[in-house]
Amino acid sequence: MARVCFSSAQQQLTGVAECDIAAADYRQLLGAIAQRFPRLDMAELQKMAIAIDGEIIHEPLLESLAEHSEVHFLHFIAGG
Amino acid sequence: MSEAQNFKYIGRNTIRPDGFDKVTGRANYGADLTLPGMLWGKILRSPHAHANIKRLDTSKAEALAGVHAVATFADFSAVGDEAIEGGEGSSTLLDLARNILARDKVLYHGHAVVAIAAKTAAIAEQALALVEIDYEILTPVLDVRTAMAADAPLLHNDLYTQNGADKATTPSNVAARHEFKMGDVAAGFAAAEIIVEREFYTPTAHQGYIEPHACTVRFDKDGQSMVWCSTQGHFDVRASTARLLGMELGKLKVIASEIGGGFGGKTTVYLEPVALILSRKSGRPVKMVMNRDEVFKATGPGSASRSWIKLGAKKDGTITAMQGSLAYEAGAFKGSPVMMGCMTAFTPYAVPNMLIEGFDVVVNKAKVAAYRAPGAPQAEFAVEMLVNELALKLGRDPIDLRLQNAAKEGTQTIYGPKLKRVGLVECLEAARDSKHYQQALAANQGRGVAAGFWFNVGGQSSVTINMNPDGTGTIVEGSPDIGGSRASMQMMAAEALGIAPALLKPIIGDTENVAFSAGTGGSRTTFATGMAVIEAAEDVVRQMKQRAASMWNVTAEQVDWVDGVAVNTAGEDRLSLASICAGADRTGGQISGRGNINARGAGPSFAVHVCDVAVDQETGKVDIVRYTAVQDAGKAIHPAYVEGQFQGGAVQGIGWALNEEYVYGASGLLENAGFLDYRIPVASDLPMIDAIIVEVPNNFHPYGVRGVGESGIIPPLAAVGYAVENAIGAAVTDLPLSPPRVLQLVQDRG
Repeated sequence: MARVCFSSAQQQLTGVAECDIAAADYRQLLGAIAQRFPRLDMAELQKMAIAIDGEIIHEPLLESLAEHSEVHFLHFIAGG
Repeated sequence: MSEAQNFKYIGRNTIRPDGFDKVTGRANYGADLTLPGMLWGKILRSPHAHANIKRLDTSKAEALAGVHAVATFADFSAVGDEAIEGGEGSSTLLDLARNILARDKVLYHGHAVVAIAAKTAAIAEQALALVEIDYEILTPVLDVRTAMAADAPLLHNDLYTQNGADKATTPSNVAARHEFKMGDVAAGFAAAEIIVEREFYTPTAHQGYIEPHACTVRFDKDGQSMVWCSTQGHFDVRASTARLLGMELGKLKVIASEIGGGFGGKTTVYLEPVALILSRKSGRPVKMVMNRDEVFKATGPGSASRSWIKLGAKKDGTITAMQGSLAYEAGAFKGSPVMMGCMTAFTPYAVPNMLIEGFDVVVNKAKVAAYRAPGAPQAEFAVEMLVNELALKLGRDPIDLRLQNAAKEGTQTIYGPKLKRVGLVECLEAARDSKHYQQALAANQGRGVAAGFWFNVGGQSSVTINMNPDGTGTIVEGSPDIGGSRASMQMMAAEALGIAPALLKPIIGDTENVAFSAGTGGSRTTFATGMAVIEAAEDVVRQMKQRAASMWNVTAEQVDWVDGVAVNTAGEDRLSLASICAGADRTGGQISGRGNINARGAGPSFAVHVCDVAVDQETGKVDIVRYTAVQDAGKAIHPAYVEGQFQGGAVQGIGWALNEEYVYGASGLLENAGFLDYRIPVASDLPMIDAIIVEVPNNFHPYGVRGVGESGIIPPLAAVGYAVENAIGAAVTDLPLSPPRVLQLVQDRG
């Protein structure tokens, strides 16, 4: 089970700060999140970067998840 | 990467491959391209900070002999309101178009309204004077406090505050409110035995790049248009320009010229789409070059900010709670980096209870752009000033207090993930142990310490390495070189190939001869493009081994690659890279390696700076007497360049702290749009900036690289600010600490 942690803004729509989701990869994770939290704007979520176990990934489409991965959704960081 | 790699070339200060061109004047910058039949484009800019355009008549200008084309916002009429994906300054295509040429309103002094292309620059200027515009002048909104007031004049009637998942129903100058929290901040303050809090202000500051924005373009009816420009990301220029003009990407080639500084300010477009419109209309190439006045008035500086920060700690120095509220100016359109301010402000600290909110606020100033670690310097100024105050009140050494509370591997950040391995503790220890920190202060001197954090990013990079028959090669990369990255690419390729760096020539490909690469920003190039270079070099090595294997009738797996030589492990055979290249025509053709990646695993970089100042208490003049910049580079590929990045960031931050600010009159007109009145530090203002490179490897990069381009600008604001506070014994809240402000603080202190 991956542990998904939501930001303050996301918590307004999920009602929870974190949850455990059975998913082997990013796409399965998104599908499960969409089912469990229908108020979340999935289009917005798909535009975000994610951090898997502390590693920030801007394009996570093909990412796989480990058994106890911790996942955060983050805004895209560009820098100067 | 392993902890102890033995490098042959990495870590040496090799001769920079672009040096000769630059010192001899042979390098071609944004304004250096001239094409046959070329026209000159000039822009008419708003004389007002906030006004409705009631009437716009360009007919007299169009009738002037020598005028070939006129452009206004009407030329963007097909542009929709879709989002531009990007980072902290992300916006919409419509806002981008409205910033490039005003639609129905001018929103800042210098806002572009009309562009004209003419046979000569003088005729274009003459034509601009013939444009008739009737303005209805509106009250300007020049700072966040005014802009956030309930009765503030509105810049946009269709801007509604986005607050998390909620959107307001009445328009406002506040585009967004962000919030990040963890733990229980109320409980954290309840557990505190000492609390410090203060409000701070940082001014609008420009990146101060020496080369103005410039481009030469040619729109071809056959669909092969070209833009030559000074930019940090030519693929981004292509994407923005093509979308604004409704062009296919494949019909627009963008060539990045040599660049005379960017620091984040050349990550967007101002002139390029306008010049291409003028070229499309006139059927002639068009050149546009901003003057310094235009650069200051109409390109994106760093956000001004107002912030409030509160810290609580126990008497033993344990920080129990951190709270803050940040309000950043976005300029005329939404998209300040306040979210990054929220995400970075408290990250140097391992504190369980944190809460911070940020407001993105539009004002009648030029739309802000990225500026080195966008959003972080403003927030960290406030936090680090208070950490120093906390140390004073606790009777603690400021570095010792930071070490006690320092973020390290596993520390939970307020923005979500736990930190991987980072080097803040090592930076603090290096600063503490530096000769500088051991020196005593003289009379009228003060010392400040500050830390800073930046994420660094990865992203897409593409590289090809084309080998030549004589064993030399060309590295074609897609990342404009704004800080010496060609040398680093050359060294990383040389390390992977096992040949001398001088045998490899690194060049920046245009958008047609190298695959997509994200712009040079976010401290990503040495990390991400470096990984692409290594991948391309390893691809070359694979092919070299295959060619050698085919000559020796063995498998490629039986061939080792040692210092640029193929070694037959099943025999005594040896073939050098040069020999394989020389015979490549007979073994399958010339060898070319590719590295096309979307790099992940960027390693954050922490910085710690120590600053000593001397304050003339009769004039308020501040002199920097000693300055040390410590930063974690992961692995310094080219140490001299890394030191240069540390020093450059420090100097820009010192300028922000001491003198740099946009000065506006009551009517919102910018009064210091030039380097005579906008005072950046020059070499004679400063001592040598001592640079200490800390190397805590980033395990996600083959050679351990972290980015170094941005963290260095974060600590100086508080390092200088607190040094002045320490010297004069009066609380510093507002920057810049120019002589009049410091003198006032001294006089108010009594």
